[in-house]
Amino acid sequence: MSAPTKLPRWAELALLPLLNLGFALLLSGVIVRLLGESPWAALKLMVAGSVGTQEGIGYTLYYATNFIFTGLAVAVAYHAGLFNIGAEGQAYVGGLGVGLVALWLGDAPRFVVLPLAILAGAGFGAAWAFLPAWLQAKRGSHIVITTIMFNFIASALMTYLLVNVLIKPGQQSPETREFGAHAFMPAAHDLLARAGLTFAATPLNFAFVLALAAAVLVWIFVWHTRWGYALRVAGENAAAAVYAGIAPPRSIMGSMLLSGALAGSLGLNELLGSQHRILIDFTGGAGFVGIAVSLMGRNHPVGIIFSSVLFGALYQGGSQLSFDMPKINRDMVVVIQGLVILFCGAMENVFRAPLTAVFARFGRSKTGL
Amino acid sequence: MADDPKNAPPALELRGIDKRFGAVHANRAIHLSIARGSVHGLIGENGAGKSTLMNSVYGFHRADAGEVWVAGRQVDIRTPQDAIAAGIGMVHQHFMLVENFTVLENVVLGVEGGPLLAGGLAHARGALEQLARNYGLEVPLDALISDLPVGLQQRVEILKALYRRAEILILDEPTAVLTPQEAEALFAMLRRLRAEGKSVILVTHKLREIMAITDRVTVMRQGAVVGEVATVMTSPRELAEKMVGRAVLLRVEKAPAHPGETLLSVRELEVRDRLGVARLKRVSFDVHAGEIVGIAGVSGNGQSELLEAIAGIAQPTHGSILLQGRDLVAGHVDARERRRLGLAHVPEDRLRMGVVTSFSAADNAILGYHDRAAYQRGPLLNHATIRRECEKKMANHDIRPPVPALRITAFSGGNQQKLVLAREIDCDPRVLLIGQPTRGVDIGAIEFIHKRLVALRDAGKALLLVSVELDEILGLADRILVLNGGEIVGEVARADATEEKLGLMMAGVKGEGHA
Repeated sequence: MSAPTKLPRWAELALLPLLNLGFALLLSGVIVRLLGESPWAALKLMVAGSVGTQEGIGYTLYYATNFIFTGLAVAVAYHAGLFNIGAEGQAYVGGLGVGLVALWLGDAPRFVVLPLAILAGAGFGAAWAFLPAWLQAKRGSHIVITTIMFNFIASALMTYLLVNVLIKPGQQSPETREFGAHAFMPAAHDLLARAGLTFAATPLNFAFVLALAAAVLVWIFVWHTRWGYALRVAGENAAAAVYAGIAPPRSIMGSMLLSGALAGSLGLNELLGSQHRILIDFTGGAGFVGIAVSLMGRNHPVGIIFSSVLFGALYQGGSQLSFDMPKINRDMVVVIQGLVILFCGAMENVFRAPLTAVFARFGRSKTGL
Repeated sequence: MADDPKNAPPALELRGIDKRFGAVHANRAIHLSIARGSVHGLIGENGAGKSTLMNSVYGFHRADAGEVWVAGRQVDIRTPQDAIAAGIGMVHQHFMLVENFTVLENVVLGVEGGPLLAGGLAHARGALEQLARNYGLEVPLDALISDLPVGLQQRVEILKALYRRAEILILDEPTAVLTPQEAEALFAMLRRLRAEGKSVILVTHKLREIMAITDRVTVMRQGAVVGEVATVMTSPRELAEKMVGRAVLLRVEKAPAHPGETLLSVRELEVRDRLGVARLKRVSFDVHAGEIVGIAGVSGNGQSELLEAIAGIAQPTHGSILLQGRDLVAGHVDARERRRLGLAHVPEDRLRMGVVTSFSAADNAILGYHDRAAYQRGPLLNHATIRRECEKKMANHDIRPPVPALRITAFSGGNQQKLVLAREIDCDPRVLLIGQPTRGVDIGAIEFIHKRLVALRDAGKALLLVSVELDEILGLADRILVLNGGEIVGEVARADATEEKLGLMMAGVKGEGHA
């Protein structure tokens, strides 16, 4: 009878994340204060910069697109009981696939090159997840360790390719030539203009819609198919999976390949949508942010979309902040983002226990009436 | 302390202990008084609040209200350390021992008495030898815990408490892991402790033990004390009725079995563990349609390996398993396919294997059957059908509350088990493997499950029943095989089986000589 009282669903899904976010912002405010700026003004700048203007919204959603892909990648693995730290590397190598298709077929018709780029991104990302998955499934090598290692290998591999093989001839910086125009992901402002709406020119592009579609597909797959069911059983209780005739190695492979494919789709937004070339470190840590995004979004696609937009706003608002408040440089913005990740991800349970106690007392006075 | 026991204050007195977990009122103003030098039984169904009460006394959590008095003095118990200081010791159902430490090291753990071990160990050795002599608690002090049988491990737990000067000993379901003979040895030890003036609280759900050893017994139901009597003044039937709140059948009523064709036949089956040690040693037997074959044995003697090998979970290293004449081992038939062929399995450890604790009842009701066509709609799962089927199971098996969307852990152990049973028998299997069907299940549900199993037998199914509860084997099985050390040490027809005979066989004495 010592089962701990559970939080109501709304508190679990909304109140707790908001509380975590609030404390992260509070602590950030203290740091801003120590730097001699007004926390309130800083907050206003961040909010205005991220959602106050069309440019801000465009950039926020553009960043969010990356986080949706990597957040979904982390979530799919999580439901199979795996902690995929390798979304960063999978996104990086997935981008290589996207970029290669775009480089070679950039002048082919769009309806040919875009689907191929999508397949290549997913395929390369999945391929990068294959070995860690196989090592976990067959040899029990811990997926956290192997995926971390594969991030480093991905980084070294991409540096080698960009410096020695794919680099645009006659230039210093390690990046490829620009893709053919047909390989550009349609920009949001162009698409909206076609519908008669004007929207500021931002890097926001059609990949955002693809990310939302991926979220829907993940939701259907995980909760509404027998494969998703088997995956969740294996993730929650491996012994019960074996009992039920579900082979855990198979669900490890399936979920990790899917996870890698989702992470690998980041290139659709970042490369086809914005950079239009492969360049060094284009992932910019989005694979790691995906871990925080997934944790904060309770590993559910809807939650992941919300938390992605929040992190997108933090990125966009943060760069606005460093632009307008000279005392707060880029590194300080990273500190603030780090605090949010710390509170929403790692220190989640710090507030859970007190909140649960509050609810337990509240619940008692209600039943006592 | 007063010399005249009649006037002495009780060893332990609980006054108005009250505890809630959220909406659950786990303990309702409990009053309990344990006389010095007595064995006091505490009995009740799962969820009646016994463990909550004992955990309050031992300082695992704090009661919301109420007082604890030890030998006439009120004590404030916030942590297990406070409880130990007040002279209260507890032996948990799952031992709290360090497996790769010696007995001596385990006993001094936490009371080493200084930064250097040597002095404390020498002191403990002397004290323990004294204790062992006084109470008949001989244990090899330098043996590793992992080398000791469970009965001796339990003895170490008791020694640990006594070494910490416990006057009051709480034993939580102490016989769950013991053979009948080991249990008898434990009781002899408890009698000795009682004679020395110690007080023992025995928490159990086994009525027989209450009758055998306790002086007084307190019955709890739904968080409240519903009765306290001197043991000599009551009967098992009366206690069972008090526990459940209505009249219950303690014995299963069943007609003689009419075994038909052989449905399951196991030949020379051998299973080795990861280290290559044979856990099941070339075991052979048959199970026929319309009979229940019981596997008796102290847990850990190959029962789990046997069930898992037949179910397709563990890989046998030798031998064959024939289901209606088809060799499942040679044919590489996996667990999923075995289900399809009509082999259902209620696993021994429900929470470890039989259910996914974070899933709803409806999702758990399709575990292992989730790829059946009936549950699909195109590529998607048909959640509407899954819910309806779960509702049907809940109605047919009296599973309460009948809410498919509720998380499985929100159900009592008995209702969880009824759901697992419903899931396994709904697809009309020919052979049922049933492990510990009533582990952690309350008396009311036990009666229901036992009736169901007998009905299945009468419907011509072949049932292989594994249970560590000897009463259950004796009550249900038509034929009994005894496993010891991975071998079948004997087979007894139900009519010839007695508890003593089975107990000896469970302890490893070969059956033939005593049959």
